[in-house]
Amino acid sequence: MTQRRRLALTLTSAFLLAVAAGCHKKTTPPPPPPAPAPPPPAPQPAINFFTAEPDTISTGQPSSLRWSVSNATSVQIDQGIGSVSPDGRRAVYPTSSTTYTLTASGGGGSAHATATITVSTPPPPAAAPKQETASPQQILTQQVHDIHFEYDKSDIRPEDQPVLQADAVALKTIFSMDPNFIITVEGHCDERGSAEYNLALGDRRASATKDALIALGIPGDRLRTISYGKERPLCTDATEECYARNRRAHFSAGQ
Amino acid sequence: MRIISVLALLLSSFYWLNAGQQSQIQGNIVAHPGKPLIAVPDFRGAGGASPLMTAFNSTVLADLQASPLINFVPKTLYPLQLPQQPSDLVAGVAQPGARPTNPQGNRLSDWSLPPISANYLGIGYGAENKGMLVVFGWFYTSAPNIPALQQAQIFGKVYTASLDEAGAIDAGHRYAADILSQFGGKSLVGTRIVFVSDRTGSKEIWVMNWDGTDQRQITRYRSISTFPSASPDGRIVAFTTYAPGYPAIQMFSLDTARKLPFYNQRASMNAFVTFTPDSKRIVFSSTLAGGAAQLYMSSVDGGSLHRLTSSGYIEVEAKINPKTGADLVDVSGRTGLPQIYHMNMEGANQERLSAGTGEATNPAWNPDGDHIAFAWTKGFEPGNYNIFVMDVASRQTVQLTANEGRNENPSWAPDGAHIVYGSRRSRESQIWVMNADGTGKHALTTAGSNEKPVWVNAEQ
Repeated sequence: MTQRRRLALTLTSAFLLAVAAGCHKKTTPPPPPPAPAPPPPAPQPAINFFTAEPDTISTGQPSSLRWSVSNATSVQIDQGIGSVSPDGRRAVYPTSSTTYTLTASGGGGSAHATATITVSTPPPPAAAPKQETASPQQILTQQVHDIHFEYDKSDIRPEDQPVLQADAVALKTIFSMDPNFIITVEGHCDERGSAEYNLALGDRRASATKDALIALGIPGDRLRTISYGKERPLCTDATEECYARNRRAHFSAGQ
Repeated sequence: MRIISVLALLLSSFYWLNAGQQSQIQGNIVAHPGKPLIAVPDFRGAGGASPLMTAFNSTVLADLQASPLINFVPKTLYPLQLPQQPSDLVAGVAQPGARPTNPQGNRLSDWSLPPISANYLGIGYGAENKGMLVVFGWFYTSAPNIPALQQAQIFGKVYTASLDEAGAIDAGHRYAADILSQFGGKSLVGTRIVFVSDRTGSKEIWVMNWDGTDQRQITRYRSISTFPSASPDGRIVAFTTYAPGYPAIQMFSLDTARKLPFYNQRASMNAFVTFTPDSKRIVFSSTLAGGAAQLYMSSVDGGSLHRLTSSGYIEVEAKINPKTGADLVDVSGRTGLPQIYHMNMEGANQERLSAGTGEATNPAWNPDGDHIAFAWTKGFEPGNYNIFVMDVASRQTVQLTANEGRNENPSWAPDGAHIVYGSRRSRESQIWVMNADGTGKHALTTAGSNEKPVWVNAEQ
């Protein structure tokens, strides 16, 4: 295990190095600095730049307008911003796509520049509002995780104690929302042992999990147990990874 | 140490010698030479029986070839003239000058000469009579020193069956069974095999004839129905079903094809029924006291309950000795990985039978109650089971399967000479049958995945 992890680490670092090296080779010389200010003209005002960064936002997000103007006595931005200083930046929160126009006025006349911010349609508000009102069934499927076991064993492993405690918290939430909710603790086994022995072993796993939850304050009369032995595997590959997934106590809504 | 191993060697060789001298039922566990040689030329038929005789002959051939009790003399060695009825035969000592390498076939003792060298000869023919198939079958000893044909005849019988292929197969089974019964074979005709099949999409209980024909679905729960067992009188199949929402026992009458009443204990699981020899009481596993499943005894309706074991460890797969009714074996997790234990009907005098290495499960008594077949991972990875047979008195084991996938759930035929079992050689398991010495393996099922066969005695 340790060896495998070390190998993975080595591989990862090698990969990162390779990527970094690749990037380095492709790096082009830095772009030339921004063009120097044009030669000082007559009093004609000049807009050095007027940008919006980013130029695409979603509703409610800020974008930053930046500008630099020379030889102007007055600088105005429309869309309700009004007079601004010759060099500056301002955060704006447009709710729809907006084009800002900067007008620089001076003795020699005036200059105009525009910057457009595109407001993309907001993402569908799918998950967010529902999560606030998750049903007990949703909490059960999303927050109550399987407990796993060693081969031919039914005791809760130390590394599964945090999972069990998190499960207990989620189960308490469920029972606080619906005191009549019943949880079925299903005991499952991998495919290697006999189906007969595994039926009894799955029963031990389910009841060991139930007992551990009771010890964490879950009311026992809300928990039922059933063993499926090896009749309902999650996966059917002949690999230790798959066996380990199948050796589990799973939680489902009881009848 | 050396003394012990020498002693063990002596003991084991004594055991094998002894087994060889005993009845054929035990003898077949060790394939031994000197089995009788039997010749049965093809029966021919007249009228409507004529097209059916191929089915009859192939059935007789298959049954005789599958038996470990006899050796079948290949038909290619037979003479050109094949007797079909007693009037075709003459008894008596081969005359001087007879051609021993090319016997004519009409003299009974010709069949005892090389290359046939048969000890016994079966002859007969089929006919149509009043819309029925009628097969006349005789069986003779071909010993050369018997002067009269009548003295050489062992039996002569008439087999009446329906005038179709099923009838011809049935008649063939009965004629072959009558021959094998001369050598200690018990007829399997009328015996059935219950098993679990998922061919409808969910695990249901099925039943078929012992030769794999007439496969019929018993349960239609679309749940999980599994772990079948059968009463010794051949009338009741017990199994475990999730149909009530948890694993519970159900009794089913093979007579009436109906559910029988059974009171399930209030427990997270009730399963694995075994019947007493009188078919009136059962032992099963239940978690009714909490903790690991323990063995309980009750009547077949679930009443008159009492507890047999209190080990604190998993106790499953009890199998009551069908001969004595006074002892049972089960699978226990008390020493870690499952092992097979032996105890009396009070749950006392417990002793471990399996060696303690690997996982030993699925014990099944032979009809004589002195051997168990079981599944063992001996020397293999977990889950890689093979079928073994153990002589319970000596603990000697013989391995019957190897390198043929995962083999489990053996069950003995009522003749004590065949074992049916589940063999998973691909993703799906199938029901296989073999002689009790591991020879003659062949599959009985092909559709879906099929497992956990149990040989059911003919109804009594």
